[in-house]
Amino acid sequence: MELLAFGKTGWGDELFYATLMTIAVSITAMFVGFFFALIFTPLKLSKYKTLNLVGNFYTTVIRGVPELLVIYLFFFGGSGAIMYVASIFGYYEYIEINAFITGSMAIGIISGAYSTEVFRGAIQSIDKGQFEAAKVLGINKFGQFYKIILPQMLRLAIPNLSNVWQITLKDTSLISVTGLVEIMRQSYIAAGSTRDPLFFYSFAAVLYLFLTYVSMKLINKLEVKYSRGY
Amino acid sequence: MDFDLMITSLPKLLGATVVTLKLLSASLFLGLFLGLFFAILRLNKNIFINKFAYGYSYIFRGTPLLVQIFIIYFGLGQIEYLRTTFLWAILKEPYWCAIIAFTLNTGAYTSEILRSAFQTIKPGIVEAGKSLGISNKIIFYKIQIPIAIRQSLPAYGNEIILMMKGTSLASTVTLMDLTGVAKYIISTTFKPIEVFIVAGGIYLFMTFIIHNVIKYLEKKYSFQQ
Repeated sequence: MELLAFGKTGWGDELFYATLMTIAVSITAMFVGFFFALIFTPLKLSKYKTLNLVGNFYTTVIRGVPELLVIYLFFFGGSGAIMYVASIFGYYEYIEINAFITGSMAIGIISGAYSTEVFRGAIQSIDKGQFEAAKVLGINKFGQFYKIILPQMLRLAIPNLSNVWQITLKDTSLISVTGLVEIMRQSYIAAGSTRDPLFFYSFAAVLYLFLTYVSMKLINKLEVKYSRGY
Repeated sequence: MDFDLMITSLPKLLGATVVTLKLLSASLFLGLFLGLFFAILRLNKNIFINKFAYGYSYIFRGTPLLVQIFIIYFGLGQIEYLRTTFLWAILKEPYWCAIIAFTLNTGAYTSEILRSAFQTIKPGIVEAGKSLGISNKIIFYKIQIPIAIRQSLPAYGNEIILMMKGTSLASTVTLMDLTGVAKYIISTTFKPIEVFIVAGGIYLFMTFIIHNVIKYLEKKYSFQQ
């Protein structure tokens, strides 16, 4: 137990901050994913074949390629791409992107592909009459989406989004390969310095179980909130 | 775009695909039996057996696959006793450690898929079997299992694809699978985009094949509603 003590003698505080980092990366990635889903869901539902193709390309490629490969692409290619863009604007210095940003972008794009599918499914399962009724009532496009479609869609999407959240949370363990100090990386460091990998990796597993358990409980509450009236 | 690199790296990456496919097929094969075993335990009425099977699937579905591989590969070697047994011959090889981790992981997901498939079988089917005088054992093996397998095909197809992506984690325990070789080429040439296109293309091709095989099987074994 002294291995987990807070302060200089143990790894308790380090693992605590690493857990916070995992939560921060997961939440950021989830929001990056929502942003991508917001762009690609309309593309997938569009009437135009070309736009469909773009949307389908995104979700198919990201869901068909291992997460680790996407992370390597961002890790090795991220700063190169940014420097290329910067060079167009006449900036030639070396730019290094923070591991947090690379990680949450990579995981965000992955979780965005799953979120896109969830939103698409949810919108498609809303009754057509709802769209028509909103139109007939003369509600503008903005109001139609935010006041009529979105609340109904969220109710349908939350159970599946909770799956996406679980996937995202577990995927953050993979960005430990980029050196970002989250649970997995911290356990790796601790295991290396104390030569006690069994204990630290098992503890990491417990931390992840704790996170998934707590988030499940919270999401269940949300689910109840959004399905009131049904 | 460096097309020469893409062409020269293709044979290396295809060679590594063999490792990926070996890992995938071994862990899916073993995982299917493990999953079936735990699905049957889940349906058991004894609360302890039931909870044990639930705990197994909960733990393996609630933690990242990376943690599971690391515990097995780095962690288990620490137990002195294990080093003296015959198991050590298996556990010191990263290849077998990866297969054990993948098997346990896919077993957990498969057990959930099969359990829900068993639970959706209409009781009337089992009753019909009983009234025909078929023994419980034969009802289970010849009636319930085939129906459950058909029910779980779509979900199991997803699991195969997820597992295929999961095998990429073997590269973290020094195995040179498709992702491992891709990472090696990227880190020596610093051409991430080219390598990503080739390696990603191979993965997508495998996803495409799996997807279509499952679709074909679903059609073949679809029963008339």
